[in-house]
Amino acid sequence: MTTEIKLPFDEAFVSSFSQETNEPAWFAELRLKALEQFEQLSMPKPDKTKIEKWNFTQFQQHTVKSQAYSSLAELPEEVKALVDVDASNQNLYIQRNQTPAYLKLSDELKNKGVIFTDIFTAAKEHGDILKKYYMTQATNADEHKLTALHAALVNGGVFVYIPKNVEIAEPIQAVFVQDDLEANLFNHVIVVADDNSSLTYVENYISTVEESNALANILTEVVANTNARVQYGAVDNLAKGITSYINRRGVAGRDSQIDWAIGSMNEGNTIFENTTNLLGDGSVADTKMVVVGRGEQTQNFTTKVVHFGKHTQGNILKHGVVKESATTIFNGIGLIEHGASKSDAQQTSRVLMLSEKARGDANPILLIEEDDVTAGHAASVGRVDPLQLYYLMSRGIPQSEAERLVIHGFLAPVVNQLPIEKVKTQLTEVIERKVR
Amino acid sequence: MAGSTLTIKDLHVAIEGKEILKGVNLEIKGGEIHAIMGPNGTGKSTLSSAIMGHPKYEVTSGSITLDDQNVLEMEVDERAQAGLFLAMQYPSEINGVTNADFLRSAINARRGEGNEISLMKFIRQMDKQMEFLEMDLDMAQRYLNEGFSGGEKKRNEILQLMMLEPKIAILDEIDSGLDIDALKVVSKGVNQMRGENFGCLIITHYQRLLDYITPDHVHVMMQGRVVKSGGPELAQRLEAEGYDWIKQELGIEDETVGQEA
Repeated sequence: MTTEIKLPFDEAFVSSFSQETNEPAWFAELRLKALEQFEQLSMPKPDKTKIEKWNFTQFQQHTVKSQAYSSLAELPEEVKALVDVDASNQNLYIQRNQTPAYLKLSDELKNKGVIFTDIFTAAKEHGDILKKYYMTQATNADEHKLTALHAALVNGGVFVYIPKNVEIAEPIQAVFVQDDLEANLFNHVIVVADDNSSLTYVENYISTVEESNALANILTEVVANTNARVQYGAVDNLAKGITSYINRRGVAGRDSQIDWAIGSMNEGNTIFENTTNLLGDGSVADTKMVVVGRGEQTQNFTTKVVHFGKHTQGNILKHGVVKESATTIFNGIGLIEHGASKSDAQQTSRVLMLSEKARGDANPILLIEEDDVTAGHAASVGRVDPLQLYYLMSRGIPQSEAERLVIHGFLAPVVNQLPIEKVKTQLTEVIERKVR
Repeated sequence: MAGSTLTIKDLHVAIEGKEILKGVNLEIKGGEIHAIMGPNGTGKSTLSSAIMGHPKYEVTSGSITLDDQNVLEMEVDERAQAGLFLAMQYPSEINGVTNADFLRSAINARRGEGNEISLMKFIRQMDKQMEFLEMDLDMAQRYLNEGFSGGEKKRNEILQLMMLEPKIAILDEIDSGLDIDALKVVSKGVNQMRGENFGCLIITHYQRLLDYITPDHVHVMMQGRVVKSGGPELAQRLEAEGYDWIKQELGIEDETVGQEA
């Protein structure tokens, strides 16, 4: 049974928004269809977290109009820290609330046919390519209420397309800034790496407000076509009070590889899903994640690799620290479909709880429909070892500093393995602030 | 005044409600090296843990003072900052924290905010001491004690001792599990520290270590008390004759206090 939820935005609103932004017909139609589907669909059901009382649907503002940044010098300090302000050859998109506020793509990449632009411009100018990938391969609008709501109300995001045989060494970066209490993020990110191409994409979600009761409903689709390689880094840092649904999905073609390096540092309640579908033979998914939970927040992280192709390889490595009264649930799923012979599904999840009231859980799940495969999992949930603290303190290190060292130490083995230097540095700084 | 004095008076210590130390008296001054010997299970390690403030050990009566400071009122880190050091029998392994980061945090904690050691100076000092202790310099960047062999862990304890330069150090079975070469290196480190500002309490089963570090005073512990004290010649007699003569002399049948050492 689905309970009746009255949305604050109706068909008439959605249509007029589409008109206002000059969306192509297919995009506008997809919105309206999703809005209709919303009614029949049910909410997602993250394992071990009850979200019935979370607010994912009620909010005031659909779009907040903000000033663009005329130069990087105008960026707030916390945003400046995330970008390389002085770099000459930068590929950078900054979105301020819902406004595309800064965009730079090097001539070199433009000449190679790389597309890097906000989602609305992409719909207008690169509609044919966008249409091929927009909620068709990695996600669908009719999965559940939140995907439908997202499709109906998309209000920002970015499109990255790397043509065949183009390999990009420098990272492409997108920064999504929330500096308005009323800004709700229905952000859609698509990264497509066509055959034999490669790129590193790094994104930041950052609130500069202290606390907000806004919503985030973020969908990301990564498509790696044949023999492509995508390194995807993300540092999520949304403010306290923001309820987030964040879904990052990947589809890997033959012999392709998707590496995820994710730091989830949100301060609000978060439902997070990261799935990679290994469709092509010989494809690889590598997911590395660190999480810090603190305050009263509840967070649920489901990371999943689904093996369809033969000889596919999936690795999941997650470490989470839970402070104060926070709750962090890790669900890890390795699913090997029938026919995906010679595949390998591995996962490790570890949760370290720092206080009596902190709650953590790690649930490893392996679902295997094929005989000729290998799989393994490791999971642990524990508290800080008092003997470790005693040892550190016996050298004169105060308890708070000793705890800080142990926390850093717990996360470092994952952080150090992150394939993207920029994400590593940023995460280390955010973690430093959060665990102090 | 040269050096500090650690004074232990009538110390009673219990673990999980069971009394292990039953009135220990001991005074260690700067410039002195004391050795506590005794068979397994007589309370030697309990004494070292109680001095440092191990969370599982409860001091039920008696006192420990360092000069005029009441050690028992201090937190573990405050005891270290006051100048105490314990080289542990089983040092903890801490994943993700490099040996160098750990040592620098420890040094800076003692120096205080605004007076941190410069990175260059720290690296120079650490390299120098590691070379002195014949340690592989790579060990600075390895995670603290993780995957270290027994001998590497003990050398690493002595490295910390040399870097932190405490007033009074307790070495809890620093010699157990060491081969003769490692034993020589560890002894070299301790002898290097010798001086009027450094007092040391060595806890050991074996006379062997005392061939390399000559103690000023030797004590024998049984049944949770110091039952006999003497000079270096006492250690030599123990090596030659064992502990039975002391037990006979004192009329002790079972020297242990009913727990593993």
